[in-house]
Amino acid sequence: MIGRRPKVLEINLTTEEAAVHVRDDLGGSLGGSGLAATLFAAAVDYEQDALSPSQPIVMAIGPLTGIFPVITKVVSMFRSPLTGGLGESHAGMRLGMALRFAGYDAVLIKGRARRPVYLVISSRGVQVKPAGPLWGMTVEETGRILREIEGCEGHRSCLRIGPAGERLVRFAGVNVDTYRHFGRLGLGAVFGSKQLKGIVVQGDLTDFPVEFPREYKKVYEEAYSRVTGTEVMEKYHGLGTSGNVLALNELKALPTRNLQSSRFEGAKEISGEEFAEHNLLRKLACAGCPVGCIHLALHRTSFGSGQEYEFNQLAYDHELLYALGSMLGLASRQDVLCLIQAVEQAGLDAISTGVALAWATEALARGLITEAELGCRLDFGDLGGYLKAVVGVVRQESELYRVLALGTAAAAARYGGKGFALVLGGNEAAGYHTGYANMVGQAVGARHSHLDNAGYSLDQESGLSLDQLASKLVQEELERNVLTSLCICLFARKAYDFDLVERALGSVGIEWSQRDLYELGRRIFLQKRDIQRRLGFKQENVQFPRRFFETPSLNGMLEPWQAERLLGEYLTKVDQLRMGTLPGGWVTAT
Amino acid sequence: MKKVLVVKDSDRCIGCYSCMLACARLVQTSYSPLRSAIQVRTRGGLQGKFAINSCRGCREALCVESCPTGALRAREGGGAVLCEDECRGCGRCADACPVQALNMGGGHPLVCRHCGACTSFCPHGVLELGGSDLQEDI
Repeated sequence: MIGRRPKVLEINLTTEEAAVHVRDDLGGSLGGSGLAATLFAAAVDYEQDALSPSQPIVMAIGPLTGIFPVITKVVSMFRSPLTGGLGESHAGMRLGMALRFAGYDAVLIKGRARRPVYLVISSRGVQVKPAGPLWGMTVEETGRILREIEGCEGHRSCLRIGPAGERLVRFAGVNVDTYRHFGRLGLGAVFGSKQLKGIVVQGDLTDFPVEFPREYKKVYEEAYSRVTGTEVMEKYHGLGTSGNVLALNELKALPTRNLQSSRFEGAKEISGEEFAEHNLLRKLACAGCPVGCIHLALHRTSFGSGQEYEFNQLAYDHELLYALGSMLGLASRQDVLCLIQAVEQAGLDAISTGVALAWATEALARGLITEAELGCRLDFGDLGGYLKAVVGVVRQESELYRVLALGTAAAAARYGGKGFALVLGGNEAAGYHTGYANMVGQAVGARHSHLDNAGYSLDQESGLSLDQLASKLVQEELERNVLTSLCICLFARKAYDFDLVERALGSVGIEWSQRDLYELGRRIFLQKRDIQRRLGFKQENVQFPRRFFETPSLNGMLEPWQAERLLGEYLTKVDQLRMGTLPGGWVTAT
Repeated sequence: MKKVLVVKDSDRCIGCYSCMLACARLVQTSYSPLRSAIQVRTRGGLQGKFAINSCRGCREALCVESCPTGALRAREGGGAVLCEDECRGCGRCADACPVQALNMGGGHPLVCRHCGACTSFCPHGVLELGGSDLQEDI
């Protein structure tokens, strides 16, 4: 009975009580984004601040999580302390598999613990355990301790926050199994506000019989061969997304030194190709994914004469090399890895941190903020200042750092420099200066992520009118809502077309037509917009920082009025989608 | 001569668990990777290497020797075969196996059949069915 009757584990940290509800009414949400949005909409407190104890954290898997290849993601939803709007973030590694075999389709956490705690979730329920001595610990050390004290029953996943989350930095993330994260939009601060240091999930159920072995085997093997035997996934396993660094640089699309330039003279040095040649130690996979896109670099640092070295293994991909590399003008792999290590151990979101520091560097140069307030100089290309500033953001010992810890938009609102604060929809922008679809797509996307609607990719298709771009942004997000409701890794979006999705669901006894899937995508799309609107985010009010129009992009110099026109077209399409009059047949499987 | 499962090079393992899922799906008819005769684990978290615990196909199997009911019998080519009806689920076989190859995930030991279901789903060729001579790693 996988996925047809979602089982929701509800935990109240204030009362330390938990209950399991079988939600027959929620089968129509499928799972992931759909299930999380429905649970979140019912539980969120629209009147209270994002860090209020009353706010919920939702995590959901999909009906095929852990039982089909590359269906590895977990969707979290929360009120974002960074934007005040809907927070949605996805993570992989072992969490999806662990939740599946702990027997829960979703977890909903509310309240605030009276002292620091961590949770142990298994098929037998939840334990709330004191975490006082863990408070203040780095992400890595917390992970080690939790692994050791909780032993190993079944296949386990370990979530934890670092000091940034504890100190409520609004763009702190949650680390998942060392090498993946619930990044973006500040779930780490929500954990911190609840005094929740970590969660261990034990996938301890052995009794999970296959109901339709012949059909399941057949469809599994088709999916497996699509993701391993064809080209659709090769770029993720080969160089990985870090292959984008050189490619985007060639196209004048790699944001550099706070997007003062879209080409970086140091791109080759910090490219995926150079990392692969000199630093790549090995690759890892999320549980249930034969692709293995997680690239780990060996980061070896000398700490004294006489051949003294310390070492770390760090995951890298395009977004990190952009945010903690080109954006800050860091042109050495060693420097970039040093900064990644600092950001990881603090438990910060990498993109938001890089964008915030890039803004601060330019604000200092323009005299909007002072070296005294920063406690250090910040210069593009100089690692030393950035390492100090990361600590500054976490500790927040000056007013400047307290404001910077609220995010780049808040800092620019306070100190000036909105024109060069690279924020879209309140969230720090991802690493693509490709054109209008990227800019508008991130601003209006439900989670203000480049992955909502892949505008950066649409910008690379030639000859599309603004009207066509608007249509494609809507269609892409609608379809991705279906994939993320199933918790399919978006890297596998080309392998899992709706035909395969329909048959995969059928092979475990869940009857959904392709038409049903499209309708679900539409419903979630509109539902998330309604949540956003009630939380105070209005798409029609989004603004684009001037910097996007001052630096040449992949599509040449961009014009503000064109971005506004695309936004207008987009809003029209959304209205048409809502009214059921959108041309193009998105609610039918054509 | 019957073949046995060989872990060729566990250093190439990426931890995708496809082998466990294959054993669970194809041999045990279960979705759960705990219902697998081969078990992939981390050593020291994901910063460490992966460890693969699987039956080495012993000719004089300690599991067979330890079974009080005779439910485990020597398999031609190495390893063991379980007669489930005679198994009481006491777990002595799992305790007796020094390479931790027997998993009591189903209430009785999940005994590797050396069928090769897992090998065809390893994306890095870590696993194969090999000769039945006692395995030598070097």
